Amino acid sequence: MAIDTQPGHRLDKRPSGNGPPPVIRRLVLDNGALLALVAMVILMAVLSGNFFTTTNIVNVGVQASVTAILAYGVTFAIVSGGIDLSVGSVAAFSAVMLGWFTTNQGVPVFFGVILAILVGTACGLVNGLLIAYGKLPPFIATLAMLSAARGLAQVVSEGAPIALPDSLSWVGENLNDYIATPVLIMIAMGLIAGLVLMRTYSGRSMYAIGGNEEAARLSGIRVQRQKIIVYALVGAFAAVAGIVLASRLVSAQPNAAEGYELDAIAAVVIGGASLAGGVGKASGTLIGALILAVLRNGLNLLDVSAFWQQVVIGAVIALAVLLDTLRRRA
Amino acid sequence: MSMRKSTSAVVMATAVALTVTACGSDSDSGDGKENVKLGFAISALNQPFMIQMKEGAEAEAKAQGAKITVQDGQDDASTQANQMQNFTSQQVKGIIINPVDSDAAAPSVKAANNAKIPVIAADRSVNKEKVKATVASDNVEGGKMAAKAIAEQLGEKGKILQLRGQVSTSAARERNKGFTEGLKEYPNVKVVAKQPADFLRDKGLNVTQNVMQSHPDIDGVFAENDEMALGAIKALGGKAGKDVKIVGFDGTPDGFKAIKKGTMNVTIAQQPKELGKMSVRNAMRVVDGTDIQSQIKVPVKAVTKKNVDRFS
Repeated sequence: MAIDTQPGHRLDKRPSGNGPPPVIRRLVLDNGALLALVAMVILMAVLSGNFFTTTNIVNVGVQASVTAILAYGVTFAIVSGGIDLSVGSVAAFSAVMLGWFTTNQGVPVFFGVILAILVGTACGLVNGLLIAYGKLPPFIATLAMLSAARGLAQVVSEGAPIALPDSLSWVGENLNDYIATPVLIMIAMGLIAGLVLMRTYSGRSMYAIGGNEEAARLSGIRVQRQKIIVYALVGAFAAVAGIVLASRLVSAQPNAAEGYELDAIAAVVIGGASLAGGVGKASGTLIGALILAVLRNGLNLLDVSAFWQQVVIGAVIALAVLLDTLRRRA
Repeated sequence: MSMRKSTSAVVMATAVALTVTACGSDSDSGDGKENVKLGFAISALNQPFMIQMKEGAEAEAKAQGAKITVQDGQDDASTQANQMQNFTSQQVKGIIINPVDSDAAAPSVKAANNAKIPVIAADRSVNKEKVKATVASDNVEGGKMAAKAIAEQLGEKGKILQLRGQVSTSAARERNKGFTEGLKEYPNVKVVAKQPADFLRDKGLNVTQNVMQSHPDIDGVFAENDEMALGAIKALGGKAGKDVKIVGFDGTPDGFKAIKKGTMNVTIAQQPKELGKMSVRNAMRVVDGTDIQSQIKVPVKAVTKKNVDRFS
């Protein structure tokens, strides 16, 4: 026992034979958010007989996908000690550009998607340049982009939804009863986000910069350049989220994803990231997005009134993070 | 009265003549009426509806030879308050306000009233402060029409999902009120779920998808706007318009397309262009010194596949 230096384990005075195996204990202790998710799923399953069905679970996955993909991007920003408020607007702008390229300009769908991702990346690049070289606080730079990208989406679409080509609808649909394309994209983007964070130079730089920017600079990381990469990545992820959202509706809406940046930030924080920077994981963010989706889904199933839904969502966000903080302190 | 008006017109014309050399772009404004400058504080320009209202207002202003400045309040009441203040200090001849928030608009309207600038409320009313007129769709009546429409579609019997708009807006409240009242005449049509989807298409899709799990046997959906109805249609797939009857509200271009396709059965169409036009027309009447009614209701119409061609 003494050799095991996991802080939580020392509190456990029971003989190891009676308690759960150490692996499970560690899983639980390291994943407060996962625990909250499991608890919520059980609660919803008890409260509503319609919750734990295949169709509904697939629905929850699909409904989490857009928030999750946005939130992966925001994880990069938060891990590096920054924030990105513009993801909802950038998602809408990228989607509108996809509609404009494919429907209005007749660009083939495949190239339209590439161009839309480039549009999102470009928005992120502008954020990055403003932050790295303009020395704007990330909050302000991305707040400006929140407004500008939303405006551009309105300008390009003239305020009206643009229908997408039918050949894109599969992106937002279910392949069969068990598998939905948005869920596959959510998983794929999660793997990419995880790989970037854990296995690339840029990813490790994000943790270093978020942990201590001066130390990162002194250890030879080109902080400004890495920050530009961070925000460009956030923009690219936002564009993918926008494409998934628009494909589900087969329509690019200039007012889509309004306020989603807050859901994304909530997902990241529920997932265990610290707004102070240096801490955060893609898997945690995914769990955070799933918690929000389970909650919204469950509130619909239980037919909770409009006003109370907002109260409950706020309370759960606060509780989830509170639980996580308490667990860390233990 | 008319003497004074014509005198002031002469004075204005002279003033214009004197300043013509200074500002070349204004040189074509010869007669008095072309000098009438109106301000239009619109709540937001992120919905097709608002954009059509703006277009209607601009068309009418052009037809009347007036100049209209449109300001986008971006759904933010304090942004709109600033814009109203600017209109007042610019001494425009009349202001049309499409309030972000009916209560929050009162102080700005009061300031305009104090400056003797007539204010017309468009689409949404202003609470606790007098305006010259409120030009609005009859949302309560529309809600009743929607209740009748869905009851007829269902043969006066069935279970329905009601998708609610942003519950803080008067449009959502009034439509809900009319719909609830209207449905009382059809005791066998029951609202089994009443859930918010904030007037948005993606939320309409998610919420309908979810409710289909708890109530797989619903026969109809009433959405308080077309965008949410279109989301519901996406969630229902092949059932939309056939096994599950859909009634929307607003009559947007996409809504009409769905009616033509048969995925939406009825939409209660507002006439946003008409709203914009009537607002400007009545503002101009007030500027001319003509008396106008304080409540101007722009009729709503039930649109089905049969008559959709007359609207789109």
